[in-house]
Amino acid sequence: MTTTTYAGHAVELNEEGFFTDPSQWNRDIAVELAKESGLEDLSAKHWQVLEFMRKEYFEKGTGPTVRTLGKTSGVSVKELYQLFPNGPAKMAARIAGIPKPKGCI
Amino acid sequence: MSRRVVVLGGGTGGTLTANRLRRHFDTDDVSITVVDQDNEHVYQPGLLFVPFGLTHPDEIVRPRKRQLHKGIDFRQQSIDRVDLGRDTVVLADGSELAYDVLVVATGATLTLAETEGLGGPGWNEKVFTFYDLQGATALAEALDGFEGGRVVVNVVDMPIKCPVAPLEFCFLADWFFTQKGIRDKVHLTYVTPLDAAFTKPVAAATLKNLLTEKHIELITEFNTGEVDGEVGRLVGYDGREVPFDLGVIVPLHSGADYVARSEGLGDDLNFVPTDPATLQSKAKANVFAIGDATNVPASKAGSVTHFEGEVLVENIIRFIDGKELDATYDGHANCFIETGFGKALLIDFNYETEPLPGHFPFRVGMPLLKESRLNHLGKLMFQSFYWHGLLPGRDIPGLGAAMPERGKDHSNHADQKAQQENSP
Repeated sequence: MTTTTYAGHAVELNEEGFFTDPSQWNRDIAVELAKESGLEDLSAKHWQVLEFMRKEYFEKGTGPTVRTLGKTSGVSVKELYQLFPNGPAKMAARIAGIPKPKGCI
Repeated sequence: MSRRVVVLGGGTGGTLTANRLRRHFDTDDVSITVVDQDNEHVYQPGLLFVPFGLTHPDEIVRPRKRQLHKGIDFRQQSIDRVDLGRDTVVLADGSELAYDVLVVATGATLTLAETEGLGGPGWNEKVFTFYDLQGATALAEALDGFEGGRVVVNVVDMPIKCPVAPLEFCFLADWFFTQKGIRDKVHLTYVTPLDAAFTKPVAAATLKNLLTEKHIELITEFNTGEVDGEVGRLVGYDGREVPFDLGVIVPLHSGADYVARSEGLGDDLNFVPTDPATLQSKAKANVFAIGDATNVPASKAGSVTHFEGEVLVENIIRFIDGKELDATYDGHANCFIETGFGKALLIDFNYETEPLPGHFPFRVGMPLLKESRLNHLGKLMFQSFYWHGLLPGRDIPGLGAAMPERGKDHSNHADQKAQQENSP
């Protein structure tokens, strides 16, 4: 676990770079995290996905899979890959400040 | 007053639940009805062996009705929907079944339509699945005539039934083509949406080594957007392409269709939100769920269903008797992983403990996470136990539903964890 500073806030990340405490997240931090992942601008669609992911996480205890995102976030799977080219579930989870979605077993 | 238990699905979970309940309750006190759309009970672990000619479809199918104890009513009919408000199941012919307790045991369904191209051109000619009897049978013919080229095994997305089966398929294909004398003409590739060969780290490392040893290419984090059966290629959502001459696809899974038509019963994938410990549904107190039909974070596997069954039946009995539910399921799963050449691995795990090396069920027993002939024999012998022990609802002597902790070697795992933490 390491502590890193984003947008002036100290946040704790695990060894894979995911938040260990999602309450440390805010939108300014997300913008910096996005830049780090190669996303210069976060569009309204990006925010829609990020907010959906946080909502799912707080409701269900884990971030959604790409398939659930495609079915329920209002953004199609194809679009999700355009928005988050390195794999929507993991990349968006990292920027949304939630732990890595658990792979189903 | 007599109570009515309705069990939806006459597969592994539905059958063993109905049989165990029948043994416990007198027919005067509790009526039990099992509903299924057909009368063919498939021993699903056998599907893996069909493509390689190691078992014949006839050997793994028996009538559902015959697996049910006397005093259980079997209705062969499709389900239209469950009306939770009226505690009633509506069948496709319009007839209704009122219940006091409902058990959802309708498993998982392959949903080809959600992946572009799947089920279209080339289906059962160049593109196959061995996850149903028809597909496994068609694949047997294709493998028999296969002379060489690229064979790609692809899991479209999780969750799937028996997450190790696609890996077993790769291992058996390696054996099959070696026996045929054409292994050098076949390029085998395993394509998975996961970031490793398997979901659990210690087992994933072992399985990855086996893939490497057997010269099976591993492609990870591949999300299949399209299966092109005309050209012969997988197309990923990220634009990557994997060409094949023979595609073996594990399609997306969902819960049964009627779940979507039953307001309040299922989630967006038609699985039933279920308490992982008590197996009571979150939809309503008198609705329970078992096996692949649930959303519990355990493998969709027969062993899970088997262990769940003991807990579920105890809780249903308590529910009918008006007592608090206190039986708890720990997520115990136990899987033989066929690795070819007459050997198999065995893994044993639950919600908390990932598959570890050691022995099962005690310090002496079958080796865990290690290839052995004994495990292979165990896998073969299991089919007989399935029909004669598991479905009738008999217990395995000395082995309960909870995962045995004795015999598991945590040290290796602890070492690995320490290593990970120390590495920069």
